[in-house]
Amino acid sequence: MSVDQATVRRVAHLARIAVTDDEVAHLQGELNAILAFVDELAQVNVDGVEPMTSVTPMQLPLRADVVNDGDCAAKVLANAPLAEDGFYAVPKVVE
Amino acid sequence: MSNELTRLTLTAAREGLAQGRFSAVELTEAYLGAIDSSAALNAYVLATHDKARAMAQTSDERRAQGDVGPLEGIPLGVKDNYATDTVRTTAGSKILGNFVPPYESTVTGKLWADGAVLLGKLNQDEFAMGSSTESSAFGPTVNPWRKTGSTTKLVPGGSSGGSAAAVAAQLCAGAAGTDTGGSIRQPAAFTGTVGIKPTYGRCSRWGIIAYASSLDQAGPLARSVNDAAILLRSMAGHDPKDSTSAPIAVPDYEAAVGASVRGKRIGIPVEYRVDGMSSEIAMLWDRGAQMLRDAGAEVVEISLPHTKYALPAYYIVALAEASSNLARYDGVRYGERVAGRDIVEMYEKTRAAGFGPEVRRRIMIGTYVLSAGYYDAYYVRAQKVRTLIKRDFENAFAEGIDAVLAPATPSPAFGIGEKSGADPVEMYLQDVFTVTLNMAGLPGISVPAGLSSEGLPLGLQLIGRPFGEEGLFSLAQVIEEAAGRFPVPEAWWA
Repeated sequence: MSVDQATVRRVAHLARIAVTDDEVAHLQGELNAILAFVDELAQVNVDGVEPMTSVTPMQLPLRADVVNDGDCAAKVLANAPLAEDGFYAVPKVVE
Repeated sequence: MSNELTRLTLTAAREGLAQGRFSAVELTEAYLGAIDSSAALNAYVLATHDKARAMAQTSDERRAQGDVGPLEGIPLGVKDNYATDTVRTTAGSKILGNFVPPYESTVTGKLWADGAVLLGKLNQDEFAMGSSTESSAFGPTVNPWRKTGSTTKLVPGGSSGGSAAAVAAQLCAGAAGTDTGGSIRQPAAFTGTVGIKPTYGRCSRWGIIAYASSLDQAGPLARSVNDAAILLRSMAGHDPKDSTSAPIAVPDYEAAVGASVRGKRIGIPVEYRVDGMSSEIAMLWDRGAQMLRDAGAEVVEISLPHTKYALPAYYIVALAEASSNLARYDGVRYGERVAGRDIVEMYEKTRAAGFGPEVRRRIMIGTYVLSAGYYDAYYVRAQKVRTLIKRDFENAFAEGIDAVLAPATPSPAFGIGEKSGADPVEMYLQDVFTVTLNMAGLPGISVPAGLSSEGLPLGLQLIGRPFGEEGLFSLAQVIEEAAGRFPVPEAWWA
């Protein structure tokens, strides 16, 4: 499978990465090189094979449903590009 | 005096500290001095002089009180994708250029609890995506090794290239790295150092900046097999904060170093004799098999039929997971933000400016293979192939194979810029011998075994059963004793 430039733009938007017109042409070539490489997998017979969901057989551990960490809002917000009144600040989302 | 101290292996430094021949403060100062004159290598992205001195001082005080941890006073470097409390942590990315974690990763926390000293943070490919450390926002790390008679700059491998270069150049006694597709073992092979990727679940991933969560594992890079064994014992262990970490006791790996390998069955996978393998690598592999035979092991050919599909399957699984993991870099909670007309444009501009080209490419491929209409054809198929790759190893182990011997890399270190052309796949092929283990969750150790005709180190890889790290240390020690160690011939950068 290979991608056209419209697909490159669609995927870039899905990935929330802005791309310029120049970059689209480059990316198309690079993505197609990678896709050509992984297309080799089409040769493998995977009939009746379960897809791997966990590489080591293990049971998901459970713990008591209690608060065991937190109460450190200032620490959490210290790396935020913009914070106000103990919250992350972002451009208006809901009109 | 300072070179005398930095030249010591971790094992020897531990002994010197125990005998009182020097203090942790003296050892740390020697390393800080070496780091300060190593700018040409660009191995460290941050040296933590003050913190190192304070930790060394505290270590000496503990020792005076008779409180001596397994790594008491040992100065270490840490790859920059481990969160270190109040110490800038970037994962080699501009998007985390000013990120200062308010917490410590579990693995590094265990190192400090055992008495180790943090010298600083080590360079890496951006978000551990690469095999050369050229994709770092801080610029490439330079390999301390050069071809005989040449001054051409070579890559140290990647993504833990800063860790490998620092260990080889004696800028730390050992280092913590991470390995998703070969990122500990390939740089170890390129720098003449020992690196082990333990079994998936052996070390906690908590506080390590995620690339591909089902493949990522922490592990040490060191100057000898014994040094690596000491470090892994401190790094490994169960952590309730990582639900994939294994609740299995950590053995004394050091006790396995030097244990007999007589009667062990070692598999040589015929599928690893890939087209175009250099005769040097093929000869090294044969010599390694002979070293193990000489030590009493039995070497037999085996088949791992799905080997050739490991790399393409890896690039689907890893990139799909990466696209999901890296969705968190949105300019809201941490990192650089670029303003936009609305929130979507803010995300898009922030991520375009903050991620380098290789990371953008990988996120886009991952997004594509997970998108509607392609999920089954790519992602589900790759996960099925992953089951087959793991089954290959299970079959070999069921037939009585104790470990597999293979080359670590298809070539010795290459030049900076040599593989960063238009085709990204050329770089991906670096991982051909290492990704299979990550796909199967198995442990693997890379140990230096010889030099190329141009005087560059070459590594062999031993692959073990799940949680069979002890056996790997025993076998790797046989190779180290037979082949010798490979210190960098000349400190040309200092």
